[in-house]
Amino acid sequence: MSPPISMVLPMTDAQTVFDAWWGWPPPVLDPAGPYAESVTVLAWALFAMGAVVTAIVAAALYVALFGPAKLKARIGGEKTVWIMGIAFPGVVLLGLLVWGLTLTASLTDPIRGDEQRIRVTGHMWWWDVEYLDAQGRVVLRDANEVHLPVGRPVVLELRSADVIHSFWVPNLSGKKDMIPGRTNLLKVQAEKAGYFGGVCAEYCGGPHALMGFVAVAHEDADYRRFIAGEPLGVPSLAEQQDVPGQLPALARRTGAVAPVSAQAGAVGGALDGEALFMANGCAACHRVAGTEANGLAGPDLTHLSRRLTLAAGVLPNNRGSLQGWIADSQAIKPGNRMPSYDLLSAQDVAAIAEWLDTPR
Amino acid sequence: MAAACKAPAESRHDFDDKAAERGRIVAAAAGCAACHRLPGIDWPQGRAGPDLTAFDGRGPIAGALPNTPGNLAAFVRNAPAAKPGSTMPAMPITPSEARDVAAYLYGIADD
Ligand code: HEC
Ligand SMILES: [Cu+2]
Repeated sequence: MSPPISMVLPMTDAQTVFDAWWGWPPPVLDPAGPYAESVTVLAWALFAMGAVVTAIVAAALYVALFGPAKLKARIGGEKTVWIMGIAFPGVVLLGLLVWGLTLTASLTDPIRGDEQRIRVTGHMWWWDVEYLDAQGRVVLRDANEVHLPVGRPVVLELRSADVIHSFWVPNLSGKKDMIPGRTNLLKVQAEKAGYFGGVCAEYCGGPHALMGFVAVAHEDADYRRFIAGEPLGVPSLAEQQDVPGQLPALARRTGAVAPVSAQAGAVGGALDGEALFMANGCAACHRVAGTEANGLAGPDLTHLSRRLTLAAGVLPNNRGSLQGWIADSQAIKPGNRMPSYDLLSAQDVAAIAEWLDTPR
Repeated sequence: MAAACKAPAESRHDFDDKAAERGRIVAAAAGCAACHRLPGIDWPQGRAGPDLTAFDGRGPIAGALPNTPGNLAAFVRNAPAAKPGSTMPAMPITPSEARDVAAYLYGIADD
C-alpha cells in the first residue's frame, strides 16, 4: 500500500500518525524526552562508528590496490590482523554492548511509585488505553491515543489481548513488545508539549500497517482536564485564520466545526442515534460510559468526540470520516474486526455519528 | 502557466492547476476519501459516498444545486446548509480551502 497522501503535508501540527511522522528531523532523531535522548545519542554514536570503520576499510583497500610495496609489507603482517581484526573490534563491540545494555536497563528505570500510570493493551489492530491512579484503579478509559503530562515520568504498562504487538513512539523512547500474558513496563517522559506519532512495530497480521496512534503531551492544567474527561479547548473554525493555500492545522486536528445538529438542514438530529447504536449491535463491541453500551471487543467510544483520529491513528477524526468509517470500515482498513454497516441508511449512519460525536 | 489555461469567466472550469493540487491535498488531509473514491488519493477509497472519479462537473451538485464553483465550494464545506437533508456532513475546511477543493473536483471533470 502506498503511503497515504497526508504524508506530503508540511504540517507543523500533526493530526494523524502519518502527519506526525512527516518532517525533518525524523522522529527517531528528534527526542522529546530523556529516554529518547539516550537512544538518539546511541544512534548517532553507532552511525559515527560505522563511518569511521568504513573510512578505515576504504583506506586499507586503497593501500592494498595502489599503495607502495614498503607500506604494504609493513602493515600487511599478522600483527595487523590481531590488532585491527580482533583486538579493536573486540574492544569496541564490548564497549557498545555494555553501553547498549545499560541504556536498555535505564529505559525501564525502577518504578518510584509517583509516576503517572497508563495501561496500554494492544489489540488487533487498535489500542485500549487506561489511565490509572496510584492504587491501580482505572480513572479514565480511552483508546487509540496516549496523553502524557509534560515533565513528569510516566510508566506505561504494556499488555496484549491477542498476538505480539510492539509499542513505539520514536520521539519518546525505544520499542517495547506487548506480549500476551505479560505486562512489560516502559518509562517515558515528554519534556515538551506536542503531538508524537506512534505505531505498532511488530507485524501482527492483517492491517498491521494501519495500527498507529498519536501521543499527546500536555501542560499540567490541560492534562488534568483531559483526565477529568473534559473537552479539550480547540478554537472553532471561525476563530481561525483563513490563509489561502495554507492549512490551519488546529481545525484539522479535531474537525472543529459547529455540531451538525446546530446546522441548518442537518439530518442526524431527527433520528435517535443512541437507539440506533443499540439496535444495530454496536454496543456488543463498544463501551459508551453512562449508557447500556458496555462491549469490550472494540475501542471505548465514550470520549470519541475528543479523539484526534479514528481507526487507530489513521483517519482524521471529523464527522465525515466518522460516517465513512461506520458505513464501510472494511473499505478503509481491510480486514479490521468491525463489520461494514453498508446496509444502514445514510440517515441512520449520520444519526449514530451525531450521537457518538457528542461530548460526554 | 496558470494564466494560460484560465478559461473565460462564465466557464464552470475556471480553475488553475495550483489550486487544484492544493485542493487535492486538502481533500486528503480532511479525510474526504473515507467516503469517496478520488483520483490522486490512493488510500483510503471509501464507499459510503459517490465515487468521484466519475465527477463530470455538469449535472446538478448532489442532484439539487446548479453546478457552479461557488455552489460546489459551499457544498463541500457545509453540505447540510447548502442542500438541506444532505447526509454528507460539514467538513473542517476553510472557505478558501473549499474553493481549492472545488477546483480539484473540476480538474477531475476536465481530464
Ligand atoms: C464485532 C464488533 C464490532 C461491532 C459490532 C462494531 N464495532 Fe466499531 N469497532 C470494532 C473494532 C474492533 C474497532 C477497531 C478497528 C480498528 O481500528 O482496527 C472498531 C472501531 C470503531 C470506531 C473507531 C474508534 C476509534 O477510536 O478510532 C468507531 C467510531 C466505531 N467502531 C463505531 C461503531 C458503530 C457506530 C457500530 C455500530 C453501527 C460499531 N462500531 C459496531 C468492533 C465493532
Ligand atoms: Cu500490532
